[in-house]
Amino acid sequence: MAKTPLQFRHNGRDVALFVDGGTNLLVVLREMIGDMTPKFGCGQGGCGACTVLIDGEAHLSCLTLAETVGGRHIETLDGIKDGPNLHPLQRAFAEHFAAQCGYCTPGMLMAAKALLDRNPQPSRDEVVEAISGNICRCTGYEPIINAVLAAATGLRARA
Amino acid sequence: MPVTVKTFATAAEAATALSADRAARYLGGGTLVMRALNEGDISISTVVRATDRALNRIDVSSARVVIGAGVTFARILAERELAFLHAPARAIGGPAVRNMGTVGGNLFAQNPFGDFTVALLALDAIVSVQGGLGARDIPIEEFLQSRDRQSGALVLAISCQRPSSADAFRYRKVARIRPKGGSVITLAANLAASSGRITGARIALGSMGPAPMRARAAERALEGRALDAASIAAAAAVAAEGASPSDTAIASAWYRREVIGVHLRRLLSGQE
Repeated sequence: MAKTPLQFRHNGRDVALFVDGGTNLLVVLREMIGDMTPKFGCGQGGCGACTVLIDGEAHLSCLTLAETVGGRHIETLDGIKDGPNLHPLQRAFAEHFAAQCGYCTPGMLMAAKALLDRNPQPSRDEVVEAISGNICRCTGYEPIINAVLAAATGLRARA
Repeated sequence: MPVTVKTFATAAEAATALSADRAARYLGGGTLVMRALNEGDISISTVVRATDRALNRIDVSSARVVIGAGVTFARILAERELAFLHAPARAIGGPAVRNMGTVGGNLFAQNPFGDFTVALLALDAIVSVQGGLGARDIPIEEFLQSRDRQSGALVLAISCQRPSSADAFRYRKVARIRPKGGSVITLAANLAASSGRITGARIALGSMGPAPMRARAAERALEGRALDAASIAAAAAVAAEGASPSDTAIASAWYRREVIGVHLRRLLSGQE
């Protein structure tokens, strides 16, 4: 079966490759580009572990048909740090023990980044809503919510 | 297994491709079709897409609002004129799912999903579809009753009247997990009133049958009466009539029948 050419931006870098029909974006990112930060959880849209930003909006990469992202900008956890410096959200997650096994963390961070990019002063309820599509089986969510709120405060202090 | 992806510039071309191939499925936001492909659904060999902007339009200029099938729930939530649909849109998934999932796709979502469609059913929406034989408008109830046979037709848009007042339209999704979880029961009611009496009552239920359904006995119990404790009790008592819920991991059929009246009473009496 013929492969389809696909070009998009991945964390600020242009990518060009060929994909099989029906391939999802998560497979392209992990198996073809080697960006292992988005995780495969359920493949059904239930867990949020594969969350990436497409043109700044949170999307589930496992449910995104790869060829629909032509010309768009895909941002993954791999691209949010600034050189050797962690993103304020990553630092806040570490400081507030918001990661235990860590499997949900990339999706949580991208969902939280989508929120803070649009709304730098979220309420607690808005943080809960922003991560409501992301499942964590370890932390009980409270440390994650606290970390996102702390990161928002830190980002405002820096700005 | 790779599938063939066919992308068309117009909805009409996509509809033709869809109706010509029984193994073709239309891909909107991807939350249903990509899920099926990820699970290895071999009944799908072709995925049809359309980049037609007409599928993404929202028209709120008249009393009857028109929403293109490709409009996402995030866009519904961003549209102030569609405030009456914000609660149903917010009931869908998390933000990422709302950035992807579409109004048209929700018509085909199986239990425990399809919560937006419950609202559209209470609003007497009309579904505009394009099939091999041309375009036609189908009342949503009729569409839902035959939706398993509608996969060869492309949904173009849905339209509905705005509720007569903010208080007339009510919506509730009952879930075990907060803030988000699959539906135990989803309820929507549209209660237009004239001189204090309800006329044309519409009550729609999700997860109480294979597809969203009208609670006709409860509607009859309210028709022509004031919305008071007596009429609400009468409607609640017959809420499960005609329903055929299933046993699922979220709730048993027995439980759904037992609690539907309680939730309908709360919805109609405005209780949290």
